[in-house]
Amino acid sequence: MIAFLIRRLFQAAIVMFVISLLSFSIQDNLGDPLRELVGQSVSEEQRQELRDQLGLNDPFFTQYLRFAGKALQGDLGTSYFFKEPALQVILKKLPATLELVFGATLIIILLSVPIGVYSAIKPHSLFSKAVMGLSIVGISIPVFLTAIMAIYLFSVELNWLPSFGRGVTEHVFGYWDTGFFNMDGLLHLLLPCVSLASIMLPLFVRLIRAEMMEVLESEYIKFAWAKGLAPTRIWFLHALKNTMLPVITVGGVQIGTMVAYTILTETVFQWPGMGFLFLEAVNRVDTPLIVAYLIVVGAIFVVTNTIVDMIYGLVNPTVRLTRSKA
Amino acid sequence: MSFLRVNNLEVTFELRSGGVQALSDVSFSLERGERLGIVGESGAGKSVAAFAILNLLSRPGRITAGEVMFEGQDLAKLTPKQMRTIRGNRIAMIFQDPMMTLNPVLTVGQQMVECLQAHRQISQKDACTIAIRKLRQVQIPSPETRMDQYPHELSGGMRQRIIIAIALLMDPVLIIADEPTTALDVTIQAEIMDLLLDLCESNNVGLILITHDLGVVSQVTEKAIVMYAGRIIEIGPTKEIINDAQHPYTQGLIKALPQQTLPGHRLNQIPGSMPSLQGIPAGCAFNPRCDFVMDICKQTLPEFTASGGCSVACHMVKVMKDQARQED
Ligand SMILES: Nc1ncnc2c1ncn2[C@@H]1O[C@H](COP(=O)(O)OP(=O)(O)O)[C@@H](O)[C@H]1O
Ligand SMILES: [Mg+2]
Repeated sequence: MIAFLIRRLFQAAIVMFVISLLSFSIQDNLGDPLRELVGQSVSEEQRQELRDQLGLNDPFFTQYLRFAGKALQGDLGTSYFFKEPALQVILKKLPATLELVFGATLIIILLSVPIGVYSAIKPHSLFSKAVMGLSIVGISIPVFLTAIMAIYLFSVELNWLPSFGRGVTEHVFGYWDTGFFNMDGLLHLLLPCVSLASIMLPLFVRLIRAEMMEVLESEYIKFAWAKGLAPTRIWFLHALKNTMLPVITVGGVQIGTMVAYTILTETVFQWPGMGFLFLEAVNRVDTPLIVAYLIVVGAIFVVTNTIVDMIYGLVNPTVRLTRSKA
Repeated sequence: MSFLRVNNLEVTFELRSGGVQALSDVSFSLERGERLGIVGESGAGKSVAAFAILNLLSRPGRITAGEVMFEGQDLAKLTPKQMRTIRGNRIAMIFQDPMMTLNPVLTVGQQMVECLQAHRQISQKDACTIAIRKLRQVQIPSPETRMDQYPHELSGGMRQRIIIAIALLMDPVLIIADEPTTALDVTIQAEIMDLLLDLCESNNVGLILITHDLGVVSQVTEKAIVMYAGRIIEIGPTKEIINDAQHPYTQGLIKALPQQTLPGHRLNQIPGSMPSLQGIPAGCAFNPRCDFVMDICKQTLPEFTASGGCSVACHMVKVMKDQARQED
């Protein structure tokens, strides 16, 4: 376990290093920070002096080290627009985005597993054929279209669900604003989560179906039948557990990727999360905020992958976390 | 009433290119505690026969004719639920490759206990006790530790022992072993075969042993079936078949045994290869490879001719028998 964590931390450090390098290059190339800091009236000599003072004339590497040193202490610069530490601004929006991703993940798991499993068990059923057809359609429809159609149908026409914002949220743990504990918050979550989930859902259904069908053909499943076990036990224990191994690996990466898709979803639903903020930051050329966003997203990616690896290790006995070599 | 009586069993695979018969007109019987060997080249339909008996064929294969009478009921007609009370309980099966047969994500203990619990009301603790006893019977050292191990922690030979232990869990009356030693190292093949034979003998368990090794059949079984392209071509007491094979194909198989070959000489293989199910020739399926082929062999399917204790599906054998009778 310790060895696993150390190895993971090492990997995380490398990933974060690359992200920081990327972020920093962006900061270096995007707009002129001085223009944001001082007005038009400042003369060119004064500007050069300021540049020297701020270290903007130092070599790239020196500047990067300074940036990285500060970043390690949680200082990613001050947002030009909000005049607040960029990291703080981003982290305030983190709960909204994470809840969106969490809700979408929940929907994906709750739908894709039963649908995938059923259509693998009964591959010739009408249901299975419908699922295969619909999932192709689903994969090819862009998210914003799904989102806009959902808004039109459920908010505009039927007036059942709210179409923007988070609704009522509650403050928990002294930091987190959550929409999960009241009806209004949940209703606001529904459409954005479904839209976000719709991107990955067809992919997951197809993946689970394909894996499960392959597993059902294996010798150990035939042996399980020859033992006289009940079909439910064979399907939901023997086969499903083996099906989930590759699905977990792929799924982990996909859920990490989903964070990127939140930019689109949050914009369509005016969801006050990091993605929405990021797009605003890009429009305002608020580089510290952009950099802070990239780094936080990178961190989320590393954390989800670590969690997924740990779950994988728990399900797959051939991967023993305790015995793995660092 | 026979213990097991297979009558005119036919299995068809419904392929996109049309139906192919993987098993045609297969009939044989077995008494309680008797051991039967099924031999034939790979692709002859041995495994299909095994799965058909347990009604375990999966799409696109199914039994299209015949019956499998076992203890008075036709297994081919049972509902899935009724069939589950037979599988793993009255008839157990042992598969070819022990590396693939156990579920990689479940412990040995889980895979044994679940089998007991599927067939009788039994507590986890009692099931474990029985499982450990069976593991001891198949001579697995420190069985208590094995219960918590996963298949990948065990060697191939050890896994096959565990699979045999699983087969024995419910004290079945018949075990179908489909090439149980083919995938193992030569050094442990004999060990596993001896163990299986021992257990069957001491518990009066019937055995259907599928193999492509006539040598093993002669050591273990009392009765033998030789299969070719989905049909039985020769059936009878093992001793007679080994010592006095009638069918040219069986004779070829025996000549090909290593102990029949002089040291330093090449193995006497039967030239050619078995046809695929789509390309079975008219008449006797073996005719293109047969040294004694006659015109009739290319036209009509040979019927069974009694010869000693054996039945042989061969035109030449029939002709010779008829001649012998006329001379009498
Ligand atoms: N799932 C399947 N689909 C189509 N044909 C099959 C299938 N399984 C077996 N067969 C056919 O049945 C024949 C006999 O197979 P099998 O019983 O496995 O041979 P063996 O005697 O080596 O055990 C094969 O040659 C193949 O043509
Ligand atoms: Mg076989």
